[in-house]
Amino acid sequence: MRALLLACTALIAAPAAAQTVAITGGTVAIGDGSAPIERGTVVVANGRVVAAGANVAVPAGAQVIDATGKWVTPGIVAGFTRMGIVEVDGVSQTSDVAANNSIWSAAIDIVPAINPRSTPIAINRIEGVTRAVVSPGTGATMFAGQGAVIDLGADMDAVTRPRAFQFVEFGETGAREAGGSRPAAFLQFRSSLQAAQAYARNPAGYDGDSKDAILPRADAAALVPVVNGAMPLLVHVERGSDILAVLGLRREFPALKLVLVGAVEGWTVAREIAAAGVPVIASALNDLPDSFETLAATQSNIGRMKAAGVKVSIGMIGDNESRMAFQSTQYAGNLVALGKVPGATGLDWAAAFATITSAPAEAIGLGGEIGSLRAGRRGDVVLWNGDPLELSSAAERVWIDGVEQPMESRQTKLRDRYRTASEGQLPKAYER
Amino acid sequence: MVFNKHLNVLSATILLAACGASEPPATASDKPAPAKAAPAPVADPYPSTYKAYPGVATVIRGATVFDGEGGRIENGTVFLSEGKVTAIGGPDTPIPADVAAIDGRGKWVTPGIIDIHSHLGDYPSPSVQANSDGNEATSAVTPQVWAEHSVWPQDPGFSRALANGGITALQILPGSANLFGGRSVVLKNVPGRTVQQMKFPGAPQGLKMACGENPKRVYGSRNQLPSTRMGNMAVNRHTWMRATEYKRKRDKGEAQPRDPSMDTLADVLDGKILVHNHCYRADEMAFVIDMSKEFGYKVSTFHHAVEAYKIADLLRQNGICAAMWSDWYGFKMESYDAIKENIPLVHNAGACAIVHSDDANGIQRLNQEAAKALADGRRMGIQVSDEVAWTWLSWNPAKAMGIGDVTGSLKPGKNADVVLWNGNPFSVYTRPDRVWIDGALMYDAGDPKRRPVSDFELGQIGEGDVK
Repeated sequence: MRALLLACTALIAAPAAAQTVAITGGTVAIGDGSAPIERGTVVVANGRVVAAGANVAVPAGAQVIDATGKWVTPGIVAGFTRMGIVEVDGVSQTSDVAANNSIWSAAIDIVPAINPRSTPIAINRIEGVTRAVVSPGTGATMFAGQGAVIDLGADMDAVTRPRAFQFVEFGETGAREAGGSRPAAFLQFRSSLQAAQAYARNPAGYDGDSKDAILPRADAAALVPVVNGAMPLLVHVERGSDILAVLGLRREFPALKLVLVGAVEGWTVAREIAAAGVPVIASALNDLPDSFETLAATQSNIGRMKAAGVKVSIGMIGDNESRMAFQSTQYAGNLVALGKVPGATGLDWAAAFATITSAPAEAIGLGGEIGSLRAGRRGDVVLWNGDPLELSSAAERVWIDGVEQPMESRQTKLRDRYRTASEGQLPKAYER
Repeated sequence: MVFNKHLNVLSATILLAACGASEPPATASDKPAPAKAAPAPVADPYPSTYKAYPGVATVIRGATVFDGEGGRIENGTVFLSEGKVTAIGGPDTPIPADVAAIDGRGKWVTPGIIDIHSHLGDYPSPSVQANSDGNEATSAVTPQVWAEHSVWPQDPGFSRALANGGITALQILPGSANLFGGRSVVLKNVPGRTVQQMKFPGAPQGLKMACGENPKRVYGSRNQLPSTRMGNMAVNRHTWMRATEYKRKRDKGEAQPRDPSMDTLADVLDGKILVHNHCYRADEMAFVIDMSKEFGYKVSTFHHAVEAYKIADLLRQNGICAAMWSDWYGFKMESYDAIKENIPLVHNAGACAIVHSDDANGIQRLNQEAAKALADGRRMGIQVSDEVAWTWLSWNPAKAMGIGDVTGSLKPGKNADVVLWNGNPFSVYTRPDRVWIDGALMYDAGDPKRRPVSDFELGQIGEGDVK
C-alpha cells in the first residue's frame, strides 16, 4: 500500500515553480478588446498577472524576457471544445464525449474523464491555447451533463472550474434526443427543470427512482443550480426561430443563465439576443446551409451579432472540437479579413482577438480569472513571433498559471525523427 | 376540387403519352435489329458541354504576380484576352490600347486554385440523406460508378469555393468506403444547369481507390470481405487480375461481355484514367506502389497521405504526388501520426506536394492551409518561397489531374483561370477580389451581381448574402 502511494505521488508531476517574469518590449494585446500596445511590458508573479501595458515597471529580481519585435498576449481560451476527453475520435474506447446507454444525463460530470496527457492537449498548448471549455455531448437525453473549464498545462492538475456549466442540445439534435421533434424537446426541457424545482423544494420526497420518474434523482439534483441560475446553461441552437424559442424559456424560468452555442443564424435575430443579454459562443466561419437549421449561414454572423450588441465569442462546436482549437486564431483572423470584403461585416483586430480570449471567459463566468492580461488574472501568457492571428505566426513560449510550458508534442517528435525520410545507420525506431 | 380533377386529366394524358400508346414510337430501337456484333463503345458518352462565358480583354497592372510555376513578378502585368492568358511580365509588357485596365497595386495575381479532392455536389449542402451520393457502399469494388452521375450542380458549396477560395477547377471524387470507389470528374467551378456544363473539357477521369480503415470498417462490420488490411490487398489484387485478363481480351478483340467495372480498370491500365488513391499510412502507400508495378499502372496521387513525410523519398523516386492537409490529425487511428510539416517535408524531398481540402469549408481556405504549412516548414528550416509554395495550389494539382497543359499556371496561351487577391494570399487577412475562369469574370467582390446564388438558395433567408 505504501509503495503504491509512493508510486502514485511520483506519477503526479509537480508543476515547475512559478517565478516572477517580466516580458518587455513586445506588442502587448490585453485581450479585453482594447488595441494592442507597442513596446509594452507584462509582469507575472505568483502565477498571476501583476501588470500589463505601457510604462509597467520591471520588479527587482524578475526574469526579464526581451520580446522586441514579438507579440505578447493572454493564452487563447477555446470557447467550446471536447479537448482532453478524446484521444482518437474514431477509436470509441478513447472517447468520453457521450454516454448513449447511461441512465443518467444532466448529472454526468466530465471531470473524471479529463486526461491532461491526451495528445490534443500538448498539440494545442504549443500553439498558444492555454484554457478550454470542455463539454460532454448528449447521449441518453437532450442534457449532456456538466462541463468544466480546464488549463492545458503539462501537469496533472487540469481543472480550473469543475461543473462550470450544464450543456443541452436544442434544434435538430435536441429534437432527436428528446424523441423526434422540437416540441418534444421543449417539453422534456421544461419537465426536467420542473422536476429539478420539485427536487429542490423537497429532496427527500423526490421520486427519482420509480419507472414513472421524469428524471433520476442525480439528474434532478444536477439541474437545481441551472434552474436557480447558479450554473450557466450552454444551449446548442442554430436556427433563428429556435434561438427565439430558447430565449423565451426565461419567461417560465427567469433565473436561467443562458449561453447560446453555435447560433449560425444568430444574426437574423441579433437584436433579440442582445436585448436578452445572452452571450453567444458562436461557430466562426460557417457559411454553408449544411442543414435546414443553418440556411442563413454567413461568415458575417459574428460581426453582425457584435454590431447589434451581442457578447460574442468563438467556439468549436461540430468543428473537430476534440482536437483543433488551435484554429481559433485563424478563425479570428478571418473575421478581420471580412473588413475588406464589400457588404460583409467582420471585426476589428482587437475585437476579433477578444472573441478567443476574454469573451469566452466572460461567457462562462470566468472573466475575472482568465482570458486577459488585466491585473489579477491567471498568468496565462503567450509570446508569439508575430501577430497571433496571422498564419505565419507561431507561439514561441507559453506560460500557464505563471509556469513556463514545454514546447513539445508527439507531432514535434515525429517531425524531428523524419526530418529526412531515409534511415541512417539504424532504423528510425532508434532515432529520438 | 376542380383543380384536382384537371390535374388528374392532365396526369392521365401524360401517362398515356409516355407509354406511347396512341402513336407509333419514332425511335430506332423499334425496328428489328439485324444480328450483328455489339456497337463499339461510345468513347465519351456524357461529354462536356462547357463553353467559356463571355469575357472582356483585361489587363491587371501593378500587382505582385505568382505565375504558378514558381515565378514571381513584382509590379507585374497580366493580360487576359479571348479567354487566355495572353501576356505576363513586368510593367513594360506591351499591351494593346483600349483594353479594360485594373489597378492591381497592393494586390496579388495568381492562377486559380485547383482542388484535387472535393466532394462538392456528391456530398452537397444541405447534407441530408436524400442528397448523400458520394459512396456506393454496397460493394467494396465499384469501379463502374461515376462521380459525375452523383454531382448536384445546385450545391451552394461551389459558390463559396469560388468567392472565398478562388477555386477555378476541382476534382469531384467518389468517397472512400470502397477499395475501388469509381470514376472521378474534373469540373470548372462555374454554375451549370447540368453537370455536363461544368465538366472540364478534355480532362481525364480519375479512379478513386482507398486504402486502410474505411473499406475494412464498412465491409468488415457486415462480415464481408475485406475486414482487414490484408483483405483490402487481396481484393485489390484479385480485381486487378480480372482487369488484366479483360484488357488482354479487349486489346485482341476477343469476344467477352462488356463490363463497366472492367472498362474503367482497363482504361487505367491503358493510362487513360488516372489513379487517385486515398491512403494515410506510409506502409500502405508502399504496398500500393508495389501493387501498381505488379499490374502495370501508375498512381497519380496519394490523397490525405498523412504519413507521406515518412516515405517522401519513395514518392519522389516513383513520381507520385501527395495531396495533403496542413494540420488535420487524430480523427482516426490512421491519421494519428499526422504532423504539421508534412507538406513542406514532401516538397523538400523533391516530391510533388499538393494542398487539398476534402471539405466544403476547407476548400474555401486552401491558400491559408498552404500558408500554415509553409510557415511550419520554415520554422524547421525548410526555406520555400511564397511563389514556389503556390505550386502546391495550382500547378501540381493541375499536372496530377492531367490538365496542366491548359491551366494551373499563368503562361501565355493557357486558360485565363486567374484570381486577383486583395492582399498577399498567404495572409489570413486576404480574400479574393475577382476570379476569372477562361477569361470570364465569375466573381467580383465589389459587384453583388457577380456572386452566384444556387437555385437551392433562392427564396431562402440569406439569398444573395456575402456568405
